[in-house]
Amino acid sequence: MAYVAVKGGERAIDAAHDWLARTRRGETAVPEIKTDQIAEQLGRAVDRVMAEGSCYDRDLAALAIKQAQGDLIEAAFLLRAYRTTLPRFASSRPVETSAMLIHRRISAIYKDLPGGQVLGPTYDYTHRLLDFALAADADSAMVPAAVPSSTEADQSPPAVTPRVLDMLQAEGLMGAEPQSDAVPGDITREPMSFPAGRDIRLQALARGDEGFLLALGYSTQRGYGNSHPFVGELRMGDVSIEIEPPELGFAIDIGRITLTECEMVNQFGGSKTEPPQFTRGYGLCFGHGERKAMGMALVDRAMRAEELGEDADAPAQDIEFVLYHSDNIEATGFVEHLKLPHYVDFQSELETIRQIRRRAETKPDTGAGEPQ
Amino acid sequence: MTLPLLEAHDLQLQFGSIRALDHVSMALWPGEVLAIVGESGSGKTTLLKVLSGSDKPDAGQVLYRDPELALHDVHAMGAPQLRALHRSDWGFVQQNPRDALRMGVSAGGNVGERLMAQGDRNYGNIRQVALDWLAQVEIDGRRIDDLPRTFSGGMLQRLQIARTLATHPRLVFMDEPTGGLDVSVQAKLLDLIRSLVSRLGLAVILVTHDIAVARLLAGRILVMRRGQVVETGLTDQVLDDPQHPYTQLLVSSVLQA
Amino acid sequence: MNGYNFAYLDEPTKRMIRRAILKAVAIPGHQVPFGAREMPLPYGWGTGGIQVTAAILGADDVLKVIDQGADDTTNAVSIRRFFSHVAGVETTTRTRDATVIQTRHRIPETPLTGDQILVYQVPLPEPLAKLEPSRAETKQMHALADYGLMHVKLYEDIARFGHVTISYDYPVMVNGRYLMSPSPIPAFDTLKMNRMPALQLFGAGREKRIYAVPPYTTVRPLDFDDHPFSLTRAPHACALCGATNSYLDEVVTDDRGSRMFVCSDTDYCADRRGEMEGDAS
Ligand SMILES: [Zn+2]
Repeated sequence: MAYVAVKGGERAIDAAHDWLARTRRGETAVPEIKTDQIAEQLGRAVDRVMAEGSCYDRDLAALAIKQAQGDLIEAAFLLRAYRTTLPRFASSRPVETSAMLIHRRISAIYKDLPGGQVLGPTYDYTHRLLDFALAADADSAMVPAAVPSSTEADQSPPAVTPRVLDMLQAEGLMGAEPQSDAVPGDITREPMSFPAGRDIRLQALARGDEGFLLALGYSTQRGYGNSHPFVGELRMGDVSIEIEPPELGFAIDIGRITLTECEMVNQFGGSKTEPPQFTRGYGLCFGHGERKAMGMALVDRAMRAEELGEDADAPAQDIEFVLYHSDNIEATGFVEHLKLPHYVDFQSELETIRQIRRRAETKPDTGAGEPQ
Repeated sequence: MTLPLLEAHDLQLQFGSIRALDHVSMALWPGEVLAIVGESGSGKTTLLKVLSGSDKPDAGQVLYRDPELALHDVHAMGAPQLRALHRSDWGFVQQNPRDALRMGVSAGGNVGERLMAQGDRNYGNIRQVALDWLAQVEIDGRRIDDLPRTFSGGMLQRLQIARTLATHPRLVFMDEPTGGLDVSVQAKLLDLIRSLVSRLGLAVILVTHDIAVARLLAGRILVMRRGQVVETGLTDQVLDDPQHPYTQLLVSSVLQA
Repeated sequence: MNGYNFAYLDEPTKRMIRRAILKAVAIPGHQVPFGAREMPLPYGWGTGGIQVTAAILGADDVLKVIDQGADDTTNAVSIRRFFSHVAGVETTTRTRDATVIQTRHRIPETPLTGDQILVYQVPLPEPLAKLEPSRAETKQMHALADYGLMHVKLYEDIARFGHVTISYDYPVMVNGRYLMSPSPIPAFDTLKMNRMPALQLFGAGREKRIYAVPPYTTVRPLDFDDHPFSLTRAPHACALCGATNSYLDEVVTDDRGSRMFVCSDTDYCADRRGEMEGDAS
């Protein structure tokens, strides 16, 4: 009978998993992709999965991308679910991005500056023309040899590349960030509560969805919470991670990770207590993620509206709205859960609607009985 | 002898270099309408916020005397008590009714909300009270299930007044209640407020920049300038024979207008 | 399962969740924030319920998992498998035999006992959320027991439709103090919560809240004196077991409008059919 059709969940799940595995593998005549190929050749995808999965491990991110057939949100979810089971040995010391080994570093507000402009590996000035050579046999594609430019060869990069906004700050033109040794909150251990401090906000944005931050940042440029941004500095490169085990009493270097950092310069008209000056929007993410870091910096600044005494009526300025909706793992779960059966709720809605309709048919003058 | 309903003693509040309240004291007796007048930036709105508990002064006290004559320090009571006070003994009429009304809730629901917040659990009763109040503010009872967004500006303000008065507060704060309305609508609304206030024996603290509104509604007036009370007294007396040069200027500018 | 602790979560995390549960039991109906972890199942698919279950599960427990009242719906199967995988506990589909029942959207028809715990999966723990989106504001409203706004919603329903139209996730007052979302169970199930002998625990993973109704606590659906809470149920008997007091699923049997009504609680229905066959022989 018909009713039997909705049974058999166990078998259906097994069959679905089998089918999924076959789909993931694709045509078996085509060689299976290796995770090291993903890590090496789909680096930006790996970076995004590490950032949104909030776990820096290129190999695991590559595995997640393979397992998720390139669905990057699914991959970030896999990485997060793994991350949550890992023990915590230590918290690192704050990373020092001024000591970054720079791969790319640009400022849009100064033509030249200490440390120089370093264009680095960017799509910015490429022509977006499909390169059919890449579609040909992989081995035949031309790869330029790594020849360091004369300038790079001549002057080895300085150990410290000063941050542009620090220069503005030294001049008194940039609002100072409050210094604190307080232990920052941890949104992976403690539920968010409001009002949320900047530590919490930045954490949430750092693992937030790139598309969401992009769209919100974009909205601030289009008049929904105007903040007149300039890219003070965008830098990408490697930084050392240091931990300070209590039994040692001094810091040790445990490795390097790639980070992208963006500092936006925004106008601020001043208040009754403060003179006009610039303010900072800050973005930082794992890997090479300029779009993410820039969106984050715009949204970080937008969320400071209330603190700076500005009107806070645009979506990007609504801290609760932004923080509750930036996490794509939460969002995708809740949106996609609509696929789960809801027949019980739907059945009660059906009965309610039928009841209202029955009333309406039997008694045309419904509801409160007031004349219209 | 009756005792004041609300007293303020030596209120001080500073915003940066600006003295928003500079040693302000006042008292309000039951059933009395007090107008606070002054230009924008004079501190009148700040005073209203401090008196109603939403802004804290740097120094000074605001005391409220409940129906049992017990005195309460408005800024020392906790948020729950203050909120309860705002839902029972007190009412607040905003300049923009959209800030106070729930625009997605019917007129009846808007009027009934305070009753429900106070624990009324009888639908028929809530509805009857809502109908009575709509009649008192001259809104057609047939509009009871309509959403406020279908109402005109004057109707919205009357609906806000009905919503505020439905639980019979003793003290109502009004912030430019006729601001933003055109003149004929203003006149009608002022008439309505005056008759409601006298019929219900409400005590009202009214903030307005409009001397004519103060003259029509208030028994007593308090003139503010740069955070200070420059003159206070019976409305007719102050407006007919202003002592302070600033009051004289205010009165003459309205005469010219 | 290799590489994972009993019932998946590590012990410090379980302790954290148990502390939240204890606090929730001490303040019935109050939402306790907790450090919800990322689970290997997606948010919205029961991560809150799973974390509560993982935190309370012992090796001797017998677990039943239902979704829409049925043991055999895909999500119920998936969660049951997860726990037999990571905890190795015995599972059952029989309500009577279970010590812990994790549920989505239903309360079993068979009355629960004091030896059982019912764990609800909760998508949106904040009953005021649809009326007031800001959690900072709803937190205030709970603190001050300021629930007039919820009554405004009921008032609006009666004014427009003549009766309250909330058909599931019907707001309830717990112990006369806290307004609570019973999770999206049908309004039909709401009264089963009142003075239930079993402990009722509610877990919301994405929203990171746990709350509880201790045994024998009063749970009252919100209503008006002159418009009391009333149950809606399809006016039919179960086509399989003939029950007239159970909540029914409507099953469309062809594309010409034919349908049948059967118990949503599959264990209850099967049990009754067993009894009826027994009676017949
Ligand atoms: Zn049945």
